[in-house]
Amino acid sequence: MVPARAQAKALVPNGFNVGLRLAPWLMLLVLIAPIALGVGLTVLPAFGYMPVLGGEHFTLRHFSELLAAPGLGHSVTVSAMSALLTPLLALVLVFLFLAAATGTRIERWMRRLVAPLLAIPHAAAAFGLAFLIAPSGLLLRWASPELSGFTSPPDALIVNDYWGLSLILALTVKEIPFLLLMALAALPQIEADKRVSIARSLGYKPALAWLLTVAPVLYPLIRLPVYAVIAFASATVDVALIIGPNLPYTLSVLVLQWFNDPDLNYRFVAAAGALLQLGVTLGALLVWRGLEVAVAALGRCYVLNGHRSRGDTTLRITGFFGVGLAVLLSLGGIIALALNSIAGFWRFPENLPRAWSFRAWDNAFLDLAVPLSNTLLIGLLSTAVAIVLVLAVLEGEQRSGKRHSPSLLLLYLPLIIPQIAFLFGLIVATEYMRWAPNIGMVTFAHLLFVLPYSFLSLSEAYRRLDPRWSQLAATLGASQWRCFWKVRLPLLLAPCLTAIAVGLAVSVSQYLATQLIGAGRIPTITTEAVALASGGNRSIIAVWALLQALLPMAGFLLALFLPRLLWRNRRGMRGIA
Amino acid sequence: MKEHQLQLDNVRIVLQARQLLEINAVIKAGEVLTVMGPSGAGKSSLLAYLAGFLAPAFQATGDVLLDGESLIALPAEQRRVGLLFQDPLLFPHLSVAGNLRFAVPAKAKNKDSIVSEALASIGMEGFEHRDPDTLSGGQKSRVALQRLLLSAPRAVLLDEPFSCLDAHLRREVREFVFNRLQAAGLPAIMVTHDQEDADAAKGAVITL
Repeated sequence: MVPARAQAKALVPNGFNVGLRLAPWLMLLVLIAPIALGVGLTVLPAFGYMPVLGGEHFTLRHFSELLAAPGLGHSVTVSAMSALLTPLLALVLVFLFLAAATGTRIERWMRRLVAPLLAIPHAAAAFGLAFLIAPSGLLLRWASPELSGFTSPPDALIVNDYWGLSLILALTVKEIPFLLLMALAALPQIEADKRVSIARSLGYKPALAWLLTVAPVLYPLIRLPVYAVIAFASATVDVALIIGPNLPYTLSVLVLQWFNDPDLNYRFVAAAGALLQLGVTLGALLVWRGLEVAVAALGRCYVLNGHRSRGDTTLRITGFFGVGLAVLLSLGGIIALALNSIAGFWRFPENLPRAWSFRAWDNAFLDLAVPLSNTLLIGLLSTAVAIVLVLAVLEGEQRSGKRHSPSLLLLYLPLIIPQIAFLFGLIVATEYMRWAPNIGMVTFAHLLFVLPYSFLSLSEAYRRLDPRWSQLAATLGASQWRCFWKVRLPLLLAPCLTAIAVGLAVSVSQYLATQLIGAGRIPTITTEAVALASGGNRSIIAVWALLQALLPMAGFLLALFLPRLLWRNRRGMRGIA
Repeated sequence: MKEHQLQLDNVRIVLQARQLLEINAVIKAGEVLTVMGPSGAGKSSLLAYLAGFLAPAFQATGDVLLDGESLIALPAEQRRVGLLFQDPLLFPHLSVAGNLRFAVPAKAKNKDSIVSEALASIGMEGFEHRDPDTLSGGQKSRVALQRLLLSAPRAVLLDEPFSCLDAHLRREVREFVFNRLQAAGLPAIMVTHDQEDADAAKGAVITL
């Protein structure tokens, strides 16, 4: 008996086909090797071993130094709170929203809004939110003095608050569009409409029907993105620098400060701290896993009790209100940035500036050339490499008819391991090799994050493309390569462009990787913007934050409109992707 | 014109140790072999095996000879076995001419005039630059068949080719397809649910 696969094997192996077969392994190597190396080289100095700095014996001393750091307990608490509350709030609101909005016009609007909202980098969004909710921010200005009674900004610590609540708010607002997009992409696989119809025909109110029949099947499909949210919220540096607490800082910021301390002995404490950060993140993931199990058990009890309408209205209102608020805060933040960037003299509580000034923009343009060209160069390079690898892996899957699913889960490792835990070790490695920081190294560091997100963005569309198109092309005598260039790639142009836009957006928003691997010597729009956070000049901050948001936005707009322009005379291309 | 002949020699298809079908048949130029049977009987798998892209889950044995030469070792694109799907499947990103041109063998000269003549022969002169999505159902079917014929196949597989058309169009397209296949001297295998298709094909019928 000859397996059908023998047919495919008859293909004469050539360099390209071998390349495609190796692509998944190459991709994993590119991602896993630096992370394993990075974590390994963080562990050694944490336990005192770093001969370059005179650490030649293993010791636990640096952990006791770490634990003696003032306020460490609070720092860890805030990081852990942020790690758990952010995904909880974002996920609950996204699910309630989908439960309430599925099939309505609001859902269709949201589908269009979600990509541009996602395109706003974390740092820009955090600046925007800060400009909105700060004591002298836009919201209080608009509410004062009529509603609030304030004639001068209240003396309250809203931004940079002690418990990191504004940090959690900023992260939640930013992660809602991310989880929403992931959920919307996964929904077609599970025939959500049919499930809801069946439950409704059994007498369940629509939102409850969705939560009881769709949510339990949807959650496993977006579990990885949720874990990525947990990891990010537990260890973010840029958002925490902008809007997080500073007396004391979050754990991740503390580690960064120790790392940057002129006294190199602090490197050991920083390494111990990075390891603690890894522990906090993994601990948060474990707690979350426990929550998953508990919720599943509770959910089963609820389903069995058979209530069909209790609480439906409350759930719907919460969903609409929560996600609506997140959208308003995101858009409001951009408006606040725009106003501040051109504000001249602006006394509290006036609603609008008294005078307008473009001086901050003019100044920014003088300093823009180097950061902008660095940002574009690193972004385009890392995205190009990522897209070629992703396409090679997906195309290889098409040709062999096999998916590499289990091993490809490792692809998401860079999103689950806190950045600081392996970037630290990577720097130890580059310093040991005496490599001077350069654009290539920063590009490679960006690739660790651009690659998984590009893959996440493109894989569904690529795998779902109707296989008959390729079969048809083959029966018409087209080789695999002709089929790839003339059929698959054009049909998938829109999702490919979106994946490129996602890659660019991810690269543009990288702060820590740029700052650490570039040793602060490779300025990008993002590092410049975050560096301004501690300074007080609002209009300059606003200009750089807007610049940071504009680049990804431009990418997404191109990805949206280029296919429409190219296929303007091809009606059949409108439905695809 | 060269007369082609397709021969199925003890073709067996197995899914998870369950035999789906076993077929021996010789189809001469211009003849249509009709394969009928309920869903899940392996009809589509048979066509996939003959065309060269049977899913790895299936196992197949037996030989397929086209003009005396075995197809089994050849990849799909070298078999020159055309496949007509249920839907016309005109490439949505190409114009009508682009769709036809895609099928013209690479070494052909004067591709433009080949395409124009092909369009004229199905009564669609001047349709070169049209968006395929704006064609009527019957026009799409004709372009799909013409595209298949331009790829110079040696045999043709029909996968329920008329099931998506409404009744009056079905008769017209069916007649058109069978006439063209006969005129081109191509052996064909048709998979269908529809007894009328089988009757119109006027060939042998295998019921699974």
